[in-house]
Amino acid sequence: MTLNRRIFMGTGAAAMASLSAPSVLADGHGRPRVVLIGGGAGGATAARYLAKDSKGELDVTLVEPSRTYFTCFFSNLYLGGFRDIDDLGHNYGTLAAKYGINVVHDWAVGVDRDSKMVTLAGGSKLPYDKLILSPGIDFVDGAVEGWSVSSQNAMPHAYKGGSQTELLKAQVMAMPEGGTFAMVAPPNPFRCPPGPYERVSMVAHALKSSNPTAKIIVADPKEKFSKMSLFQEGWANHYAGMVDWIGSDFGGGNVSVDPNAMTVTIDGEETKVDVCNVIPAMKAGRIAELAGVTEGNWAPVNAADMSTKADADVYVLGDASQQGDMPKSGFSANSQAKVCANAVRGALTGSKVFPAKFSNTCWSLIGTDDGVKVGATYEATAEKISKVDGFISSTGEDSATRKATFEESEGWYAGITADMFG
Amino acid sequence: MGVALFAKMTLAASIAAGTSFANEIGDAEAGEKVFSQCKGCHQLGAGAKDRIGPHLNGIFGRRAAAHEGFRYSKSMQRAGNDGLTWTAKTLDAYIENPRALVSKTRMSFRGMKDATDRANLLAYLRNFSDNPSNLPEAEPTATATDHDLDPAILALKGDPEYGEYLSNECLTCHQSDGSAVGIPSITQWPEEDFVVAMHAYKRKIRPHPVMQMMAGRLNDDEIAALAAYFKDLE
Repeated sequence: MTLNRRIFMGTGAAAMASLSAPSVLADGHGRPRVVLIGGGAGGATAARYLAKDSKGELDVTLVEPSRTYFTCFFSNLYLGGFRDIDDLGHNYGTLAAKYGINVVHDWAVGVDRDSKMVTLAGGSKLPYDKLILSPGIDFVDGAVEGWSVSSQNAMPHAYKGGSQTELLKAQVMAMPEGGTFAMVAPPNPFRCPPGPYERVSMVAHALKSSNPTAKIIVADPKEKFSKMSLFQEGWANHYAGMVDWIGSDFGGGNVSVDPNAMTVTIDGEETKVDVCNVIPAMKAGRIAELAGVTEGNWAPVNAADMSTKADADVYVLGDASQQGDMPKSGFSANSQAKVCANAVRGALTGSKVFPAKFSNTCWSLIGTDDGVKVGATYEATAEKISKVDGFISSTGEDSATRKATFEESEGWYAGITADMFG
Repeated sequence: MGVALFAKMTLAASIAAGTSFANEIGDAEAGEKVFSQCKGCHQLGAGAKDRIGPHLNGIFGRRAAAHEGFRYSKSMQRAGNDGLTWTAKTLDAYIENPRALVSKTRMSFRGMKDATDRANLLAYLRNFSDNPSNLPEAEPTATATDHDLDPAILALKGDPEYGEYLSNECLTCHQSDGSAVGIPSITQWPEEDFVVAMHAYKRKIRPHPVMQMMAGRLNDDEIAALAAYFKDLE
């Protein structure tokens, strides 16, 4: 039995302290090295906790190409006019300066698991004892007929934070009077299950004041979606007659687009549109595949510590992982990161490893001060991360409750970004 | 730390890799065999149709008698109108003794006495309902770790180091610097107040779904540990 698998709980573990010698002695290379790829809700959180809690015992390197990280969560609020784009940008200065994390702004382009080495686009190599991948999502090639990354300027996905979000907002604001906004919604599983529908709400909110005769069409390959009754109630209340959601029962999954002609064809019927937000099917960020830890589109992981099924020294967090019942969300990635950081630190320094507990809450804004939420707690079972309890906002709630829910989400944004970036 | 918890810990340590603290509903593979008793009337899976009984795709989380196009008994319709929703708990009671839950149900099945068979069957059925990773509001797939509540344990001395670890979850929303933006500050509370508040959430006396959920799965040692940690956090 290797030490990193041993589970310690509470002070009682002191009785076992004699067993807890470091399992990975720094074999002549100084401090044990942890390399993290991807500086979002998973990677930044894990890096910060590893550096903070190990108090200098670990050499922590975070690889992230962006100097400024724009959160994808809350980007819909920017579309709706409830946030400035600058409010969504965060940098890595505190992680470097206060926590001593080696922040490398470069792309990871290869992982050699035999020699335990990461290669960067700039040519440098980073050796590791433990590797944590948190690369988020990429899109499945050919998922929406007619669309590719080369057409993302004409038809933005806006499903990675930053420039795409700004582009989509500019297009929405430039729509002609009475114009049409189309969304091609993604199939399961995808990042942020309520995200596309919050986006519909926020686009409707922006158009309601600037362009009230505009229309929104959603082509969806699914029969139902998260918080469906809450969103549909909200659309009827705030944006009556504006939103036309076409589910799979009505051909919403049979879609092609033409980015040159700006047309969308849904179940054989072609429509000329002014803005088309194509959110294609998703898969794990490319580096997970390059590292050889994916099966199909995602990377299967062990629920107790987020280590991959393929390699006990490689971990995958957040959207890219296939872990069981948790939705792909920033909250989930942040929750998984803390479990993983605790396990990795335990494996490398012999510190106590506590049992895995996970949680997630997804807040969505439907209109001004009209917030809703869905959340759950999860635990590790032998098979997967399993949902054990949960809650969801009710339809027909009073406005004070909805306002409090929205304010709670603002508090959460401040909390999670402080938890990620220090 | 209580003796019982320490015993649990050493057990957990001996199980090593993949140590599980929560239990899946049952063994779905074994449940597939149990389902042969139901197959005469109920279909399941791709292309399932209503026959003598309704098909059972999507049964978890659905209101009783709510599947469109199936003619339910008056008794089942009444149960649905009264708020009966199919969860692992209610389905378990129904399958154990259908007429005990819905007195004049048309399901002519004498009931399944073996609790393990029922659990396995439910685990199998659960695979044909909504998946929580896609619809976070879908029914749970496991039961939470069960903690016994002993009022005397409120006097426990918390371990701040364990509290610091557990606090990770709190700090996703509550800020460690004590600032309160939409979400209240929880730093520098007297330990006793903290413990009392958390137990009130745990017992669902204090209303707030997130806090009830978060507190609901913390045991007494964990609550004491959190109280000890947050007390001195500046």
